[in-house]
Amino acid sequence: MANPLKCDLCAKPATVHLTQIVNNKVHKVDLCEACAQEKGVTDPSGFSLADLLLKASLNPESSAAGVRCEQCGFTQNDFKKHGRFGCPACYDTFKGLVEPMLDNMHKGVHHTGKVPSRALERKSLYDRLTRLELDLTEAIKSERYEDAARARDEINEVKQAFASNPKPSPR
Amino acid sequence: MTIASLIDTPSELTDSASSKTAIVLMTRVRLARNLAGNPFPGWAKPAQREQILETCRGAIAATTPMKRSLNVAISELSELEKQILVERHLISRELSGSKGGTGVIISKDQAFSVMMNEEDHLRIQVLRSGFQLKKAWNAINEFDSALEEQLDFAFSPTLGYLTACPTNLGTAMRASAMMHLPALVISSQMEKVVRAVNQLGMVVRGLFGEGSDASGSIFQISNQTTLGESEDEIIKRLGSVLQSIVEHELNAREKLLEADAGKLFDKIGRAYGILQNSHLLSSSEAMNLLSLIRLGVDLGVFPDAQRSVIDRLFIEAQPGHLQHAQKGEFDPGQRDLLRAVRLRSEFANFVRPDFTFTINGNN
Repeated sequence: MANPLKCDLCAKPATVHLTQIVNNKVHKVDLCEACAQEKGVTDPSGFSLADLLLKASLNPESSAAGVRCEQCGFTQNDFKKHGRFGCPACYDTFKGLVEPMLDNMHKGVHHTGKVPSRALERKSLYDRLTRLELDLTEAIKSERYEDAARARDEINEVKQAFASNPKPSPR
Repeated sequence: MTIASLIDTPSELTDSASSKTAIVLMTRVRLARNLAGNPFPGWAKPAQREQILETCRGAIAATTPMKRSLNVAISELSELEKQILVERHLISRELSGSKGGTGVIISKDQAFSVMMNEEDHLRIQVLRSGFQLKKAWNAINEFDSALEEQLDFAFSPTLGYLTACPTNLGTAMRASAMMHLPALVISSQMEKVVRAVNQLGMVVRGLFGEGSDASGSIFQISNQTTLGESEDEIIKRLGSVLQSIVEHELNAREKLLEADAGKLFDKIGRAYGILQNSHLLSSSEAMNLLSLIRLGVDLGVFPDAQRSVIDRLFIEAQPGHLQHAQKGEFDPGQRDLLRAVRLRSEFANFVRPDFTFTINGNN
């Protein structure tokens, strides 16, 4: 006899076996009666498999649990508890955790939609400005006045670009 | 603007019903956005939440659609006011139950609204009556771009817009339609439809979202996935799913009429009688009766113009709106009494049903 299946959520023997095809991918979930009730699996109108899969995929104890997000102090355990991340930077910190989840959860793993181009432009201008200002200070310190003059001119250009409300870059 | 004036102002949801809204009552598009470099609301400290709220309130209030808008912190609202906003689909139940540091901004016509510090910093919403997915998307896209001028959103080139929950990554867009599907319910085909829709990567929920029941035969259908497809692709795919549900509903209506028109007319006629004469009506019974009258309008039993009356009553029969109209708080038993009074008076002068129309006269 094969081992009886265990509930994906609580490891009790599973009695409810659910197969759902989303985007041509087969998703299987095994649940015990209590969890099935609680998750509303018996009521097809209120049930979303994505949530379940999310929780289930977190169960394996493969954890590199010590990792902590530098930006916000969030840990992998916090994610297990809340099912939500702490801050945008968490997606970098917990890359290894997120990536395998996405395949089950979404239609693809790469964004192909809207890009906040104005905001990105603003950020790249801002980054450039910061770098130039650093260059300028450096150049003055080491008495490279030609470099300093060039940096100053570029800073003015960038500031002007800022003022005229960034337009999509020509490149 | 105050909640009271908001309720009395014509809105996209309560005052736009026409034959175009026969099956799809309204469409809605929602975008989740977060401020770069800030912790998500669920993880932020109270002081951070307050600060994020202030930043967002200022930026949103400055946009064109939000001129003369309602702009409030949730903590300033009474329980009843919150309930009314939930019943109008302007805030979520989650937000209405939130502690501090949350807010909402609602445009005068209630077509635009932004929840702040719900699960994400911003949940932007556009409502349109009827089947207007494309228009709703265009409107919210423009609104979002206007916000982008003032706020730096958390974005990754590979993962798209970054959201607290990874199920919303990418476009962070949830597009949905509220559909009235009485014939599919009467002929017990809803379960089959739900399964088919799920297989196409869409989700079916009750009127008030996750976990709510489908009283009044009203369902919400929305996209399940947000990453890997562009907004246009999602809208297109959802649109074709909705279109095919509309066709199924129309077929089911025709079949019901062919198989046993008398049985269907009996349901509609009885609903009319109960609405005219009952003295106790629970919210879900009222919804179901109104749903039958609305089906009657679609079939030509009642004049087209009555559809907007029903759609208004769908909302006014909800507990929050009922209590607001009566200027007090009442327990559920008293509410059932008040609801019956309200509907009796509405139906006392409601056009009588006319069952003499020809079957090919329905849309």
